[in-house]
Amino acid sequence: MGLHLLEVKSLVGHLIGWNTTPAEGLDANARIIEKLHFGSTEVWITETVVNTWIFMAALIILAVILRIKMKNYKNKPSGLQNVVELAIEYMDSFVKSAMTEKYAYFGNWFFGVFVLILVSNLSGLLGFRPPTADLCTTAAITFTTFFLIHFMGIKTGKGGYFKGYLEPLPFLLPINIISELATPISLSFRLFGNILGGMIIMAMVYMALGSLPGIAKIFNIGVPSVLHVYFDVFAGCIQTVIFVMLSMTFIKDKIPD
Amino acid sequence: MEGMDPRAFVLGCSAIGAGLAMIAGIGPGIGQGFAAGKGAEAVGRQPEARGTITSTMLLGCAVAESTGIYGLVVAMILLFANPLVGKIQG
Repeated sequence: MGLHLLEVKSLVGHLIGWNTTPAEGLDANARIIEKLHFGSTEVWITETVVNTWIFMAALIILAVILRIKMKNYKNKPSGLQNVVELAIEYMDSFVKSAMTEKYAYFGNWFFGVFVLILVSNLSGLLGFRPPTADLCTTAAITFTTFFLIHFMGIKTGKGGYFKGYLEPLPFLLPINIISELATPISLSFRLFGNILGGMIIMAMVYMALGSLPGIAKIFNIGVPSVLHVYFDVFAGCIQTVIFVMLSMTFIKDKIPD
Repeated sequence: MEGMDPRAFVLGCSAIGAGLAMIAGIGPGIGQGFAAGKGAEAVGRQPEARGTITSTMLLGCAVAESTGIYGLVVAMILLFANPLVGKIQG
């Protein structure tokens, strides 16, 4: 099983020159790195999958390091402990404001989702193809939200959950079901569309800057970084917050008061 | 239509369709601008409630954005993953 990890388009690859030359024109699809065969089914290992593995590995290592360091945490925080406590407290208040005190335990789950999406969105800055610019990633994350919405609805609402589909009038049942199915679609398409749109605009800007003649090459300085700040940092952070906030709001909506 | 490459015709029409799909961007633009204006108004009236107003506004903006994103996705599919080219006979 030869995973061509070295083929991954990354900053490192860019510097050392491992990068295969980009295709002519613009291609928005994730590159297929390896095709695995399991019997008659074919599984594609795309750039998205490999990039997600890299971020997962980095985040897991970070989590293990923080866990080991947590053993000698003191009552009076300093240094790294301050940063960790800040992040946890921010997330805690975020979850409590969206889902009330009682369901604050959702913070454990949504912190992980938040960090994974944030790292994925910001990875465009390092030259990776953001995993969230692939509908497969966003659909997978959204599926967990979809599951949580209806699991919490049945767990806390019992019969009222099913009765909710017949309200306000019983013949509106199909429309209620469609609106439930539209939730994950809009949630996944929003994140996917935003990040893919930014990625394509950046690719087009780089193509345009690359073809500038003579003295006009001066635009190569500064212009891409300003656009990166908007499309990767600003849009990436906002969309992460929006995704997590909407997920929590949808789950809260299904929980009766 | 004699002597015209059907593939070129479909690709050209797809490009026009992708452009037309992006007209959907008008709606979210107006809606988000309206939401942001109202948000600024609300902050002006009640500066102490700034945090709540901002998060509510962002949530509303994100929901209003959905239709524009659908248009964007349709345009992307027409440009980069065109399903119509495969339907050409012969």
